[in-house]
Amino acid sequence: MGRTLAEKVWDEHVVRRADGEPDLLYIDLHLIHEVTSPQAFDGLRLSGRPVRRPDLTIATEDHNIPTTDLDKPIADLVSRTQVETLRRNCEEFGVRLHPMGDIDQGIVHIIGPQLGLTQPGMTVVCGDSHTSTHGAFGALAFGIGTSEVEHVLATQTVPQTKPKTMVVTVVGDLRDGTSAKDLVLTLIAQETTGGGQGYIVEYRGDAISALSMEARMTICNMSIEWGAKAGLIAPDEKTFDFLHGREHAPRGVDWDAAVEHWRSLATDDDAAFDKEVVLDAAAVEPFVTWGTNPGQGAPLSADVPSPEDFAEPNQRVAAQRALEYMGLTAGTPLRDIAVDTVFLGSCTNGRIEDLRTAAALIEGRRVAGSTRMLVVPGSVRVRLQAEQEGLDVIFKRAGAEWRGAGCSMCLGMNPDQLAPGERCASTSNRNFEGRQGKGGRTHLVSPEVAVATGVLGHLAAPSDLATV
Amino acid sequence: MEKFTTHTGVAAPLRRSNVDTDQIIPAEYLKRVTRSGFEDGLFAAWRGDPDFVLNHPAFAGASVLVAGPDFGTGSSREHAVWALQNYGFRAVVAPRFGDIFRGNSGKSGLLTAQVEEKTVIAIWDLLDTAPGTEVTLDLLERTVSAGVGLAQVRDSFDIDDYTRWRLLEGLDDVAITLSHADDIDTYEATRPSYKPATL
Repeated sequence: MGRTLAEKVWDEHVVRRADGEPDLLYIDLHLIHEVTSPQAFDGLRLSGRPVRRPDLTIATEDHNIPTTDLDKPIADLVSRTQVETLRRNCEEFGVRLHPMGDIDQGIVHIIGPQLGLTQPGMTVVCGDSHTSTHGAFGALAFGIGTSEVEHVLATQTVPQTKPKTMVVTVVGDLRDGTSAKDLVLTLIAQETTGGGQGYIVEYRGDAISALSMEARMTICNMSIEWGAKAGLIAPDEKTFDFLHGREHAPRGVDWDAAVEHWRSLATDDDAAFDKEVVLDAAAVEPFVTWGTNPGQGAPLSADVPSPEDFAEPNQRVAAQRALEYMGLTAGTPLRDIAVDTVFLGSCTNGRIEDLRTAAALIEGRRVAGSTRMLVVPGSVRVRLQAEQEGLDVIFKRAGAEWRGAGCSMCLGMNPDQLAPGERCASTSNRNFEGRQGKGGRTHLVSPEVAVATGVLGHLAAPSDLATV
Repeated sequence: MEKFTTHTGVAAPLRRSNVDTDQIIPAEYLKRVTRSGFEDGLFAAWRGDPDFVLNHPAFAGASVLVAGPDFGTGSSREHAVWALQNYGFRAVVAPRFGDIFRGNSGKSGLLTAQVEEKTVIAIWDLLDTAPGTEVTLDLLERTVSAGVGLAQVRDSFDIDDYTRWRLLEGLDDVAITLSHADDIDTYEATRPSYKPATL
């Protein structure tokens, strides 16, 4: 019987397999940032172990990095200590680091693909749950905890029990005004936050093939939000075109050998998945979350649901709590919800294509007087590219704030936070209580919905802008 | 890592589902560079509420947390495990856990006992009736038990064999893997030349 893409990549990385033990997997690329690594480096020091393969390891500063006053030291002393600790650790252990101010600094999941380090058929890990982003290249990529970060630093391997496999087949074509973000939010609402648990998910079908690499990264990024171990997409010509010529992409005969191998990774026709989900892209509408987990979402045309709408007692209680926290009343049209802040950025939607889409939509329009809009590029290179294309001018002319690169308001470890009760339409990945600041209220949206919402001052679809 | 064989302690009912790692410890508390001192951040957004379960005198000193489905979803922060341990928890009982959280727990010595939802509800009800009741988790037998007589709740829990063995022995993963260093050397010799390097 044939094998799936995930199984092929898995099998190619098994260093050791023994009865009753998890497989020991070799890791091709280990990404590091300042938040989840200090205790791992401490562990190495305590046991006198070196980093086994610094040449397969790369670090950047992203979670704590301010997006204003970039020429000054980090004002928050605890944040500064964490960043300085990473610098010392990278220096001591010989790990390549792209610090604040470096042209290749940025969100860890943006810079891997940007540098051409993320390639098909690889295993990629990082102490960050959105590592699933790299699956868009046909890599097996997943988030790990700090103990595992130490394990990978010391051994370049990680013990893993093989998950089950699932395929999400997306048929049809996305309609105008909808995007990969709407698609994945629709999927998560349907499958719930635990629906992918225990699975590696392959996304395929015409609607997936039609997506750009950047949109595929948006889909794979959100795999963890419905509990999946990883999400991946078979590499194709778009993948190869994206990679060709990038700094760390193979060259010459190496390129030819690599592409030949990458083509062989696609799921075999006779391979079997443990589960299949089918989704119709044509039925996807602009989609927003109303609650406090990514599964609590609805089409923008709907009303805020009532807890009574949910069959399961747990879901009813969760919905009740979510409405209280979010300050929403059941039955209110989602479009009537006024928004204080719009955040465009993050490893979900902070790439150049997201900024281009948003800029095209906001050009000639203004952010509503009652609303502030932050535009935070995912990396320094994304920022520079956008500035070269004049996108920064478009955003600023519309009244949006143009910021430096980093994770920013996605999780508010830097000064970009919501105030208690402040309501935000955010292109990021998590609407958890307090995620963007204590008491902050988050609605997850696509870049298109973010712009329409910013201009109109309430949750809105791009089509609502026709008259503005 | 401290060995875990059996533990008996006061259990606190956390009647919520989808307690993500941002709830267990918000991002602002993740800036420390040590492995200790995270107890202040545990459930930080809820601790200020006098009605929050951990503020109830009967649950002071709780070392077992009994939570709803999808406990520990979201971020990979191992700080969530450390915060629970720093506070004094040795085990969490829930019907389903976030994958990364569960993996992290196994590495740090926090037992995650997966049981059927009806068992969680039965323990919650028992703790409501008799706050301060102790719950016993026996990793050798893979059982959770609480209460006596007619009110007793007893069930088996799920945990994979390998994690169970490592917890029972208190083993360090890195040392186990380094005992297979030859296998890693052999594998590395076969890696294709086109794979990227960062240096």
